[in-house]
Amino acid sequence: MRPLTEEETKIFFEKLSKYIGENIKLLLDRPDGTYCFRLHKDRVFYVREEIMKLAGNIARKNLISMGTCFGKFTGSQKFKLHITALDFIAPYAKYKVWVKPSAEQQFVYGHNVMKSGLGRITENTPQYQGVIVYSMNDLPLGFGVAAKTTQECRRADPMAIVSFHQSDIGEYIRSEEKLV
Amino acid sequence: MKKEEQKAKQTAKVKDKGQNDLKMKNQIASKNLKGKSKNVQGVKRKKEEVEEEEEENSDESEDESDMEEDDSDVSDDSDVSDSGEVTGYTDHNKDWLKPAKSGEADSDNDDSEDDIPDDFSDDELSDDDSDEDDENSDEDDEDLLPVEKKAKKLEKKQARDKKLAEKELMTNITQTEKYTLPSGQEVEQETNQPPDITLVQNRIKEVMGVLADFKEKRTEGRSRQEYIGQLRKDLCTYYSYNDFLMEKLMQIFPLEIHEFLEANEVQRPVTIRTNTLKTRRRDLAQALINRGVNLDPIGKWSKVGLVVYDSQVPLGATPEYLAGHYMLQGGSSFLPVMALAPQENERILDMASAPGGKTTYIAALMKNTGTIFANDANKDRAKAIVGNIHRMGITNTVISNYDGRIYPTIMKGFDRVLLDAPCSGTGVIAKDVEVKINKDEKDIQRCSHLQRELILAAIDSCDAKSSTGAYIVYSTCSILVEENEAVINYALKKRNVKLVPTGLDFGREGFVKHASDPYMCASKREYYNPGFKGFLPSSG
Repeated sequence: MRPLTEEETKIFFEKLSKYIGENIKLLLDRPDGTYCFRLHKDRVFYVREEIMKLAGNIARKNLISMGTCFGKFTGSQKFKLHITALDFIAPYAKYKVWVKPSAEQQFVYGHNVMKSGLGRITENTPQYQGVIVYSMNDLPLGFGVAAKTTQECRRADPMAIVSFHQSDIGEYIRSEEKLV
Repeated sequence: MKKEEQKAKQTAKVKDKGQNDLKMKNQIASKNLKGKSKNVQGVKRKKEEVEEEEEENSDESEDESDMEEDDSDVSDDSDVSDSGEVTGYTDHNKDWLKPAKSGEADSDNDDSEDDIPDDFSDDELSDDDSDEDDENSDEDDEDLLPVEKKAKKLEKKQARDKKLAEKELMTNITQTEKYTLPSGQEVEQETNQPPDITLVQNRIKEVMGVLADFKEKRTEGRSRQEYIGQLRKDLCTYYSYNDFLMEKLMQIFPLEIHEFLEANEVQRPVTIRTNTLKTRRRDLAQALINRGVNLDPIGKWSKVGLVVYDSQVPLGATPEYLAGHYMLQGGSSFLPVMALAPQENERILDMASAPGGKTTYIAALMKNTGTIFANDANKDRAKAIVGNIHRMGITNTVISNYDGRIYPTIMKGFDRVLLDAPCSGTGVIAKDVEVKINKDEKDIQRCSHLQRELILAAIDSCDAKSSTGAYIVYSTCSILVEENEAVINYALKKRNVKLVPTGLDFGREGFVKHASDPYMCASKREYYNPGFKGFLPSSG
């Protein structure tokens, strides 16, 4: 367990800003305590400072998780955001996509969002912008990347993909052992 | 009843007519008559059956009266032959009637000899009798209307039928009353054959009956041990347990063993716990009802539990589940956490926490403040904790993978410790039926030993000088004394701890006699869902 290096921080924040923009600083300056990012076995954990210090008691090989896991660095030093980060990303998300109840299931099973399943989309979403996918009753279901701008979506045909799938809450069941 | 009687009389009338015919017409006619009289018999039998059921209670008195009637019947029978002569048939009639008559008379004789009338011969007999009786009464009292004569005859027949039925009944009663254990030979014979389940079931019931009132119902010369041994063997066969476990269970439930075993065959209801960090129970219930789930609050004792009766969707895969709004969790596993009563900003240790049901409940009660250390010795199972904790939106938890026994060397100073110890699972047989067969003395000893080490580790990890807590909760899903009271007793001897009430107002008192400590009654045996017990010793 160690703090992130300059390089890692840059990559990580770049990725995070795709979804929540400058709201990253809201994650770091919280009124209810000091929170920090820590790297452990290539995973990035977001954890309160006291908990982090206490977790220092646990040997590296015995520590499985602490606080919330945001994602992991791949072998090629790219950062992959995990579904476990959804709780902290969703409230600060700048661009959102809502899916109809009929398409809910489809997305939760790991498929892209089609135009036919699109309920709403934030105005002026640029192409390839990171978006949070919500159900129509505002339940965050996962996140993806906008395949089209909001304008293009208006006149796309029903089977066109509007958002690429990246991660969804179905992974809690589908790939429980790969979460951390 | 009246209707049937009337019907019987009606048919009897028909028969009466037939009789007249008999006097005039040939044999074929008499055969017809027999058929008709059979009908009467049938109707009457039905009626008889009803009466029997009603009058079963007054068996003895009727028996006597029956005996009297029996005598009268016999005399009637003897009359038959006499009156056969005196019937007042005309001579030429007598001639052509004789062949048929003799045949019937033969059957009549047979009946009286055997005293076990099968339906056919009985019919003929009654037919015959009715003829003769009729003639007799004609002689005795010529003022009687034909209907009245018929009524008399019917009464006689009824009496006879009743007597027979009662005899049958009595033989049944004597069979059940004098229940005897199978002898050694019988037992040996039985072991060589595949078990007859209905027989075994019957015997279980009988032996239980005998044991319930041993003084009265026992067979002379057979000891209680023999009865109990037989019962144990039969229960093992019937419910497919191994002998060792059954013996243990019978010690724990000397009276309720049958209920306990039956309860183990029944599937437990599915229960879920609302994650109060993300939603409220009412909202969750509404959301699930909209998805076609039939549910109810679990009871007054819990504000977060829901019991699910049936569901059209898989409960472990609804969007609400995936979003962490609830957890699939047995109702009984709420209780250790409620007994632990974690407070905000405390430091809590859950020593054997996979798959994280109780851990997430603790975190919810603490509203994500303080720190929880969730430990599990099995790395693969620890991954399930990770999934559940993240899904439920819990941020104050550190998950570690240590053998619980060395935890005090890693970390100390916890305000509260929950030890939901690994156990034999004898309290959740409904969940895993394998337990019935594959647990023996050694397994229990192994479990018990591990539990003793774990509880000492739990006590050592706890901070005795904690300002808010210093509580340890020990719980298992086993019902054996070795894994519960004995372990607590051991801890009481080895460490400076005492038992305190759990604060749960249901469940049974722990078995006090196993303990040297008078506070043992503060421990709880909880048979709510699976057999489960919570103990709450406080250190210091």
